[in-house]
Amino acid sequence: MIALGLEGSANKLGIGLIQHDMTTSPPTVTILANVRHTYHPPPGEGFLPKDTALHHRSHILELIRNALADAKITPKEIDVICFTKGPGMGGPLTSVATVARTLALMWKKELVGVNHCVGHIEMGRQITGAENPVVLYVSGGNTQVIAYAEKRYRIFGEALDIAVGNCLDRFARVLNLPNDPAPGYNIEQLAKKGTKLVDLPYTVKGMDVSFSGVLSYIETNAPALLASGEYTEADLCFSLQETVFAMLVETTERAMAHIGSKEVLIVGGVGCNMRLQQMMDQMASQRGGKVFATDERFCIDNGIMIAQAGILAYQTGYTTPLEKTWCTQRFRTDEVFVAWRE
Amino acid sequence: MIHNAQLIKQGAEAKVYLAPFCQRQAIIKERFAKAYRHPTLDKKLTSRRVVQEARCLNRCQKALIDTPTVYMVDLENSLIYMEYIEGISVREFLVTAEGETPEAQSRVAKEIGTALGKMHNIEVVHGDLTTSNLMMRKETGGSVVLIDFGLSYVSNLIEDKAVDLYVLERAFTSTHPNTEVMFAQILEAYGESSKAAKLILKKLEDVRMRGRKRSMLG
Repeated sequence: MIALGLEGSANKLGIGLIQHDMTTSPPTVTILANVRHTYHPPPGEGFLPKDTALHHRSHILELIRNALADAKITPKEIDVICFTKGPGMGGPLTSVATVARTLALMWKKELVGVNHCVGHIEMGRQITGAENPVVLYVSGGNTQVIAYAEKRYRIFGEALDIAVGNCLDRFARVLNLPNDPAPGYNIEQLAKKGTKLVDLPYTVKGMDVSFSGVLSYIETNAPALLASGEYTEADLCFSLQETVFAMLVETTERAMAHIGSKEVLIVGGVGCNMRLQQMMDQMASQRGGKVFATDERFCIDNGIMIAQAGILAYQTGYTTPLEKTWCTQRFRTDEVFVAWRE
Repeated sequence: MIHNAQLIKQGAEAKVYLAPFCQRQAIIKERFAKAYRHPTLDKKLTSRRVVQEARCLNRCQKALIDTPTVYMVDLENSLIYMEYIEGISVREFLVTAEGETPEAQSRVAKEIGTALGKMHNIEVVHGDLTTSNLMMRKETGGSVVLIDFGLSYVSNLIEDKAVDLYVLERAFTSTHPNTEVMFAQILEAYGESSKAAKLILKKLEDVRMRGRKRSMLG
């Protein structure tokens, strides 16, 4: 069984082809293709929905052709077409969904609309082999501490305002760091040279976190701190990372203690950050636990994760009828009925 | 480090030991250094939280809210010595045969709501209300005790109290599916015991809308 996955909920356009060999139990999973093209706005700017949608429309057909060529298969061999139904930006989502619908009609395939967050979780589980971890999902648009219970991915903690990746990205704009390959990546590199810790707001509310206060504080004070000569840009990046990641690790640990779980899985774009992975690892080893993380191929938005989550749903008999293939910007992780897990 | 102590639990914040203290059993809560956290940040958070926890516990005790009695605070080593409570957590209780009955749930909900109302009346915000942090005292046949004030602080803001309730609501819905009725009963009892209940419960409605990606249909 082969699934095509189309993802374009933010500035990454990803196409993936995945194969599940159903003759073995559990099915043997092979990644046939995983290609991506990213829209980078100029330094100091974020990506706007209109420009991002245009980027996706301009590149999607070429990317699908590349994916089919990588996989060395023809459209005939595809069983199901999976696309991101939400959450994400409206324009980019619908431009990709339109392609999914068209292909499904042309090639006479079934469609499966996938929740982006569930895509991340299923890809992380598949790649790392983590059985039933507490999931920290951190990206530019999402910050959630999740655990599975009774057919749902339940949200134990989340950001009450902006996502952690958004906080980092917006600080990158203050420093005018390039958006290529990613603003968060450039902060991470600069933070490695930082040594001095600036005292920043630290906001944890039970298992929830808040980042808007720390962002406002550092945005407002950065010019004066830099001008004083006491702190460098690297120190500020270092301080921001140390503070916000400590908040994330603390709430993840609280969820682990609450549920009694020993495993953590980090997914989402910010999950590639090596410092975050290291901190999580230190936390886990202090409590005899284990961390699972993936690299940028699977952490950052991609088409494979949509194909993976979609094919799992498809195997339980789930499809999305054409008239229900609309997209939604608001689609919570816990709205999805997880039929494919015990 | 602690004489004759037996580690009984490693929570997110601290290690919890059971140890003899002045001819009785006591709980010793040790906030150990977190390897993942920058030492400066770690020290700041730890010492602040030890003091806040002891203060808030003391404040509750004075207001006759059932909480563990603080025996001693060792700030140097980030230790709090406090009363050992024999019993089970509400989280454990809810999966017992008795805990699954509507009658038992309703009784416990009422007690929780009343205690939280009283706690907010003296401006204490718990900061980490979960069903693991609500215990049931064995010697009284299961009366509710509020524990783990590790993230607690003093505040008279409606906002902080509403978030406190929201944290508990989330813990309920994520850990115990199908307990909406019980949480509604908690809020009902809270409404009777909290002085500013009307304002706080109204604020709770706002706080509920705050998580990201909520569907805004209807």
